Amino acid sequence: MSGRRLARSLALAGMVLLLPVPSHAHLVNSGLGPFYDGVSHLALTPEDLLPALALALLAGQRGSRAGRLALFALPGAWLAGGLLGLVLPTTHSGTVVATVSFLGLGGLVAAEARLRPGWVTALATVLGLLHGYPNGAAMGQAEVGALGLVGVVTALFTLVALAAALVVSIRAPWGRIAVRVAGSWIVAIGLLLLGWSFRTR
Amino acid sequence: MKGGARVERPRSGLRLRLAPSRLLEQTLPTIALLATLWPSLAWAHAERGRAEGFLAGLHHPVSGLDHVLAMVSVGLWGAQLGPPAVWLLPVTFPMVMAFGGMLGLMGVPLPGIESGIAVSGILLGLAVLTRWRPPLWAAAAVVGFFAVFHGHAHGSELPAGASGLLYSVGFVVATGTLHAVGIGIGLIHRWAWGRAALRLAGGLVACAGVYFLWRAVS
Repeated sequence: MSGRRLARSLALAGMVLLLPVPSHAHLVNSGLGPFYDGVSHLALTPEDLLPALALALLAGQRGSRAGRLALFALPGAWLAGGLLGLVLPTTHSGTVVATVSFLGLGGLVAAEARLRPGWVTALATVLGLLHGYPNGAAMGQAEVGALGLVGVVTALFTLVALAAALVVSIRAPWGRIAVRVAGSWIVAIGLLLLGWSFRTR
Repeated sequence: MKGGARVERPRSGLRLRLAPSRLLEQTLPTIALLATLWPSLAWAHAERGRAEGFLAGLHHPVSGLDHVLAMVSVGLWGAQLGPPAVWLLPVTFPMVMAFGGMLGLMGVPLPGIESGIAVSGILLGLAVLTRWRPPLWAAAAVVGFFAVFHGHAHGSELPAGASGLLYSVGFVVATGTLHAVGIGIGLIHRWAWGRAALRLAGGLVACAGVYFLWRAVS
């Protein structure tokens, strides 16, 4: 980009920033509070975040086609499961599902399992439905509603896009090993979570 | 290479695109900066030793010297052995350790835990000292066997807490980081002085293991 074009672009950006429009700094005005609740829910809930991350890593390991399929399958299934949870609420906490997800998906990433893209898509769909259902039920109880689910799904889409694309782009052998190490850590966390579930003392 | 001098490849299996000296030059300032930014004052109201969350889990594996030495030694030994052991051992240890932790949390008894931890220090230290090169499966089995003791000790020591999952995340991250530290130190294996220093470090770990064993049985 030439200096003159850059200056023009910067001037235009500056003018846009100076436009005297309301800032909508308070979410009461914008009505987007539940949306951000959904976004932050995923970021602050490792039971959902880590399996989704593991799925994204697995999809990335299996190439760009698997990554593209998972990019739409996981958020889509999560949304479908969540909507079902809004309609048919449950009090199930989802710890068992989280533990199985940690162990299964983490193990597949650690082993760099050679799954076909169709299998990765199927896993993404099952994961989305199983995690989305209790998500939707919890959001219904918290009166966050469908907008919260949209926030979760948006965050999921972003997570899968970034993580899978990063893994697809890795060429260095040590980089692929780092992904497998991350999978083994997720398995280890799953084992400890299993221990916490059956804690005797 | 016709007529050219024969290029000696590094004896370590680790191959990095950057020379280790340059790697250190580039990463050390960042690490130092991050260390200064570590919000230690923010821990002022965290009850130590309780399973409140991520920070407590992060702290637990580094709270005992016997654990720290063993985990760093796994990384050192892996670096000495080169690929694939350099990543296989640090992958094996956290997973099997977590299995041991699970047994500890469930209350499944395991005899001789403290002795097992001490012996792990001795054996891993000796492996680094002698640059022992067993078959890959045997190295993984040795590391995995002792990881159970470490994990069980951690699992049985954990008091009741509200956030078991976040605790586990911190716990696993800290363990993996200790292995990474060991591998990072093990990069000095490329130089003759580094190999000697590593062997010395292995000897010191083995001596510390003997001390821990003496303390465990006395």
